[in-house]
Amino acid sequence: MISRRERALNYAVLTVFAALALVPLVGVVASSLTPRAQSSPTFTWPDHLDWSNFSTAWAQGHFATYLRSSLFVAVSVVLITGVLAILAGYSFARFDYPGRSLLFYVTLVGLMVPPEAFVIPLYFNLRDVGLTDSYWSLILPQTAQSLAFGVFWMRNFFRSVPSAVIEAARLDGASDRRVLWQILVPISRPALLTMAMLVFMWTWNEFLLPLVMITDEAKRTAPLGLAFFQSAHTTQYSLLAAASVIVALPVVVLYVFLQRHFITGMLSGAVKG
Amino acid sequence: MAATAPRPTTRKRPADVSHRRAAGRRDRVQWKGYLYALPALTVLTVFLLVPLGQLVRISLYHWDGLSASTWAGLANYTEIARDPQLRASFGHSFVLIFFFALVPIALALVLAAVTTRAARLRGVSVFRAVIFLPQVVAMVVTATAWTAVYAPEGVLNQALNAIGLESVGRSWLGDFGTALPAVGLIGTWLEIGLCLVLFIAGIGQIPRELYEAAKVDGAGAVREFFAVTLPGLRGQITVALTLTVIAALRTFDLVYVATHGGPGNATSLPAFEVYNRAFNTGQVGSACAIAVVLTGVILLLTFLITKLQPEDDES
Repeated sequence: MISRRERALNYAVLTVFAALALVPLVGVVASSLTPRAQSSPTFTWPDHLDWSNFSTAWAQGHFATYLRSSLFVAVSVVLITGVLAILAGYSFARFDYPGRSLLFYVTLVGLMVPPEAFVIPLYFNLRDVGLTDSYWSLILPQTAQSLAFGVFWMRNFFRSVPSAVIEAARLDGASDRRVLWQILVPISRPALLTMAMLVFMWTWNEFLLPLVMITDEAKRTAPLGLAFFQSAHTTQYSLLAAASVIVALPVVVLYVFLQRHFITGMLSGAVKG
Repeated sequence: MAATAPRPTTRKRPADVSHRRAAGRRDRVQWKGYLYALPALTVLTVFLLVPLGQLVRISLYHWDGLSASTWAGLANYTEIARDPQLRASFGHSFVLIFFFALVPIALALVLAAVTTRAARLRGVSVFRAVIFLPQVVAMVVTATAWTAVYAPEGVLNQALNAIGLESVGRSWLGDFGTALPAVGLIGTWLEIGLCLVLFIAGIGQIPRELYEAAKVDGAGAVREFFAVTLPGLRGQITVALTLTVIAALRTFDLVYVATHGGPGNATSLPAFEVYNRAFNTGQVGSACAIAVVLTGVILLLTFLITKLQPEDDES
């Protein structure tokens, strides 16, 4: 049994570090609710709650446009990655052919290579075919990057499915395609959800790629829009804080509901990378 | 019939299982496998692998991104060794590894050691979620939060004033001496939750009998830590090292928003130099060489870290 002192110590440590994690974020939220008159260049604790910073930041910063861009790009990447990772994961987990391991390891390269490495040639390639400054210039490269994790993740999940389940289906005459879509995919819903959440978060938070690819203001993603908004509003922290909350909120809300998926995925995805 | 066949121990050869049932189909090479992998491999090749190859090629040229390029041989690489600013940016990366990887892991190990039973406490999942939260917040937001902490009239200086240390206060991100450690401490804040969550989960998996045995042997808290906790966490330490070291080396958004590499180039990092040279100063060849070296360093360190992983780990 856990002694009372030990329990108190454990809770104390957890509380201190939970507080440390929260302080800067709570500071941002509190500042975002601070009336404009009270605003300063740093965190402020509001005298009374004032929601007007959000509407001001929303209108001045064009965040409706930025959030729409981000949402479109992130959902596209999640869907395309999902389908391609399911297909490739199935191939690597359940088929036997020469070069299978080699091809699998090639996909894993994407887990280790930083975006800084391929963004320069990618930019010039896409510029040559007129694709920079388009959503495709964000969707396709980020799909490629997410696939490294996605294929790895789905392959491992498909491999963990007992062979007996699949053999039973085959005895009933199910084709490869039916085995995948009517047996494997339905039972891998939790794994798919984890993958979707992580890919959504990575895409939503990505900064370098939109910074390089996008010049058209209407196509800026939320973090990029925030960076531009920041350089224009250095003195009015309450406004900047409201904009920050707007940008961070969608992922944080998903996290609040599905934190288990985020944590297990982020910790196990890199284990063998 | 297939069900009576002995189950293969490895999954590599499903052919054995369904051998009799569908001999004609399963014995041959399953060409369909290529088809299923093809779409993903195509996207990966076009948007990741080919650019990687081009990166190496461009790094061997002088190129401003517009006019014709000229052969440079290894000049862009020797420049990295010679140019003090570039050398400094790699040096800064290693300072960040200290703050992003070593400090959080060491701290989290100590904390995990005093919370060996945290995994079984009530409400631990709420704590876990909160401690892990910095990992999911966009880096741009993290940077704006911390610029407010470090600002000349920021909360850090306010706190110092409150305890009578006005003389220590400064513009933490604007001061040549403190900018890099200040950025590093943001990294410590970012990564400690990740390490703590990993280690608490890891300790939960260490058999309790080992702790009981250590107690029976009369081991104190320190001996218990080195004899039971630390060896039991080797796998988790490897994961934490991999994730945090890569995070340190890849740092870009944080510095781009919080300091823009400044003051001077006190917080310039390889990733920042890559971006700056390729898209601002027209030194594309040099930028590619830096990216090649950075990628090489990341791959090398990842490889060395996995060498630390115990052999018997799940694989």
